[in-house]
Amino acid sequence: MTVDVLERPDVATGEEANVFVALTVADQLCGVPVLAVRDILGQHKITRIPLAPPEIAGSLNLRGRIVTAIDLRRRLRLPPAPAGQRRMSVVAEHGGELYALLVDRVSEVMRLETSAFEPSPPTLPPAWAQFSSGIYRLEGRLLVVLDVGRLLALNEAA
Amino acid sequence: MDELIVDFLSETNESIAELDVALVRLERTPDDQATLSSIFRLVHTIKGTCGFLGLPRLERVAHSAENVLGKVRDGALTATPDTVTLVLTALDRIKAIVAGLAASGNEPAGDDGELVEALNATAAGEGPKAATPAPAPIVAESVPEARQSEPVTTNQTIRVNVDVLEDLMTLVSELVLTRNQLFQLARTQENVGFAVPLQRLSHITSDLQEGVMKTRMQPIGNAWNKLPRLVRDLSREMDKQIELTMLGADIELDRQVLELIRDPLTHLVRNSGDHGLETPAERRAAGKPETGHITLNAFHEGGHIIIEIADEGRGLPLDKIRAKILNNGLATEAELAGMTDAQLQRFIFRRGFSTATVVTAVSGRGVGLDVVKTNIEKFGGTIDLKSVPGAGTTFTIKIPLTLAIVSALIVEAGGERFAIPQTSVVELVRAQKAGRGHNAAGSESVVERINDTPVLRLCDRLLPLVNLTDLLAMGESHNDDTGAYIVVAQVGANSLGIIVDRVFDIEEIVVKPVAPILRHITMFSGNTILGDGSVIMILDPNGIARATGIGAGGDSKAMSSSAMDAQHSTDRTAMLLFRAESEQKLAVPLGLVARLEDIPREQIELSCGAPVTQYRGKLMPLVALSDHLDAAKPRQPVLVFNDGDRSMGLMVDAIVDVVEDRLNIELSGARPGWLGSAVIAGFATDVIDTGYWLTQAWQDWFHGSAQSAMTQGERA
Repeated sequence: MTVDVLERPDVATGEEANVFVALTVADQLCGVPVLAVRDILGQHKITRIPLAPPEIAGSLNLRGRIVTAIDLRRRLRLPPAPAGQRRMSVVAEHGGELYALLVDRVSEVMRLETSAFEPSPPTLPPAWAQFSSGIYRLEGRLLVVLDVGRLLALNEAA
Repeated sequence: MDELIVDFLSETNESIAELDVALVRLERTPDDQATLSSIFRLVHTIKGTCGFLGLPRLERVAHSAENVLGKVRDGALTATPDTVTLVLTALDRIKAIVAGLAASGNEPAGDDGELVEALNATAAGEGPKAATPAPAPIVAESVPEARQSEPVTTNQTIRVNVDVLEDLMTLVSELVLTRNQLFQLARTQENVGFAVPLQRLSHITSDLQEGVMKTRMQPIGNAWNKLPRLVRDLSREMDKQIELTMLGADIELDRQVLELIRDPLTHLVRNSGDHGLETPAERRAAGKPETGHITLNAFHEGGHIIIEIADEGRGLPLDKIRAKILNNGLATEAELAGMTDAQLQRFIFRRGFSTATVVTAVSGRGVGLDVVKTNIEKFGGTIDLKSVPGAGTTFTIKIPLTLAIVSALIVEAGGERFAIPQTSVVELVRAQKAGRGHNAAGSESVVERINDTPVLRLCDRLLPLVNLTDLLAMGESHNDDTGAYIVVAQVGANSLGIIVDRVFDIEEIVVKPVAPILRHITMFSGNTILGDGSVIMILDPNGIARATGIGAGGDSKAMSSSAMDAQHSTDRTAMLLFRAESEQKLAVPLGLVARLEDIPREQIELSCGAPVTQYRGKLMPLVALSDHLDAAKPRQPVLVFNDGDRSMGLMVDAIVDVVEDRLNIELSGARPGWLGSAVIAGFATDVIDTGYWLTQAWQDWFHGSAQSAMTQGERA
C-alpha cells in the first residue's frame, strides 16, 4: 500500500515548505517536511539485520531498491511498539541512500501557518531535542517537527 | 580541448600499448616481418596524425623512430637489444609528450635534440650499433606465440562510454531479478496462458544478460600487455635473463575485475623477477639454465578464472620467514613448530612482512603483498601460494567471472534467511549431534565438542564450526534437536563449517552494497532482493572466518591475540598428558609436539649405544624419559619434536589425553628436565622441560638454529 503524497491536490501547489506529513509515534504527533518524503508505506515486510545498531529495524524492498528501515521509537529512546501493532513508514533520502522511518501511523498531510511555529523548549529530553527542529501549536495539540537529516545521520551520531 | 586532439590521444594511447608489446616481441624474433611491419605502421600513423594536427615535437621524435624502424624493416639494420632500447626510449618520450598534451591541451616544452640525434645516428648505421656489434638478443630461444595473435585492424568497433555499459548492466541485473520474481509467482498459479510468454521473456532476458555481459568482457591479455616491457626492463636492470611466457591471454574477464587485477599482477610479476629468480651466476651454481622463466597462465576452473604467476627461482626461504615472524611477534616459537610450511609461507601476505627484507637485500618497490591480497579480496578473489625451496614459487589468484550476478546458496539461521556465495561453498553436510544417533543410519558426520567449541569430523579431518545463529547474535539456535546443516566453506586455504538451521535452494542474486551505516559489519558482503521480493543479507565467508580467527594469512589481530594467549600463563593452553614410569600424569604443551608415534619395538635400533629409529628416511634419536620404562610392551609410544629438518623422539609409557587448561607452574622443579608442577585438569601434573630433553638427543640442538630455539621455560 503506497500513497503518493504529491498527488494530493491541496499539496501539489504553493509553498510546500510549510507542508508537513503528520505522523504519530508513541501517541505523540510529529511532522516531517513533505519535501523530504519520498514515499509512504503501509505495513511492509522487513528483514532483520543481525549485528546492526539497535535503531536499525532491518531492510525492505521498495520497488527493487533496498531501503534501510530505522525504528523511530528506538531512535527517540521510546519503549518498543506493542507486539502485533501495524506500523507504517516514511521513506526519505539521505546521502544518496533511501531510509524508511518506522512510525506508528501516518495520518495526513497538513499545511501549517508559520505564525504557529516556535523553537523547541529547552526542557525536551535530549533524544527529542536532538532531532526536533521546532514545535507547531495546533488546535488542542502540539506537532513536533522532526529533522529528517539528523534522524538519518546514524553514522555521525554513533 | 579540440575534439580531434581528444580522438588522437585515445588512439595514440592504444597504439603505444600495442607498440610496447610488439617491440619486445621483435627483440626476440628480430626477423619477424609481420611484427616489424605492424610496428612500423603504428609509428607511422602516430607521425602522420601529429603532423596533420600540428604537433611538431611529437612529429620529430616519431619521425626519427620511424627512420630507424624503416631501416630495420629494409634489412639495413638488425633489431638488437640496443636498437630496441633506443626505440623504446623514443616511445617513452612520445608517451610523456602525449601525457602533457592530455593534461594541458598543448605540447609540453622540451628538448628532444639528443634523442633525435641518437636515433638518426642509429638509422645511419653508426652509434650504439657500431659500439656493440650484434649482441645476442636477451632471450635466446623464441617461445611459441600462438596466443599472441596479430592485432585485427578490420574489426568493426565503436567507442561507448563505460558509464553507459555500467547502467545497462545494472538494468539487466534488475531485469533478471524481476524475471525470477515472475517465475516464482507463476509457479504458484495455474494460469497456462501466462506461461508461454513468460518463457519467451525469460529466454530473451537470458540472452540480453549474456550480451551485455559480453560487452563488459575483455581478454585478460589487456591487463598483461605492459608486462613484457616490464620484464624486459627488469632483466636489463638486474642483469638477469628472464623470459616471460604468457598463456591464456584470450581468457575474458569482466572489465571491472580486469582493472582491479592489473596492479596486483604487475606487482607479482615484478616480485618474481626481482626476488624470485636468481642471478645467472646463482642459477648456474644451482645447476639451472641461466635464463629464468616466469609463466603467467590464465584458465577457467569451475566458475572461476585462475591466474597463476610462476617463477622457477629460489623459492621462499622458510628459515628467514620464521625469524621474521618471531621478530615481529606474530607467533610464538611453539606455534611456529606446529605450523606447516604452507602456513609459514602465507605469512608473507601479512602487513609489514616485506618480502624485500625477508628474501633479498634488493628493495621492494610499490605496494607489499598485503596490499595485493587486500586488493584481490576486495573484488571477491583469493590468492594463495606454493613455494618449493630451490624450485620456485607459484602464486595462484582465483577470481570470480563477474561481479554483477552471483549464484548463492540460501540458508536460514535464527529465523532469517541469508545468502552464501556459491563460489565459496565446498559442500553441504547434514550432521548429527554427538551422543545422539552415533551409529544412526546415514549419519557419518557427528558434531563433537571440545570444551563447548563444536568441531566436525569430516573425511578424517577436524573442521572448525561456527554456529551462524550464535555468530550473528540472533538468539537461541533451533538446530539442536533436528540435527544441523553444515555449509562447508573455503576461505583461502582454510575450510570452515557454518552451522545453519535450514538450507533452501540456489538463487542467482545481484550483489548490492549495504547501506553506509551497516558497512562496519564485516560478516556481510552485501545484500540483495530475492525472487520472492524479500531483502536478504549476503554473508561474507572471509568476514566470518576473520571474526572467528580462522585463516593464518588473514587477520593479524586474530593471530596476534592467539599468540598472546600462549604467552600469558593465565590463558588456556592445550596440554598433552602422558605417563612414564608410574601412574603420575605428566604434561607438555601440545604446540611443542610435532607428532605422536607408536613405534613397533623391533624397529628401535641401537646406534653408538643410544636408541634410534628410522623415521621418514632418516635416523631419529630416541630418548627415554625415565630409565624404568615398561619395556615389555610390543609398541613404544613416542612424542616427536621437530626443529627444521631434525627430529627427536621422547619415549614414554602411554599417551593419556589432550586437555586445555591454564598452564601455571606452581612448584618449580629442581630436577633437570622438569619445569615443575601445575594443576592440570584437576590433578597435580609434572610439566617436562622440552629444551632439556632435546639436548639429550642432539648436543648442539640449540647451536644449530639459535633463532628457533624452543625456550619453553620462558613461556611457562
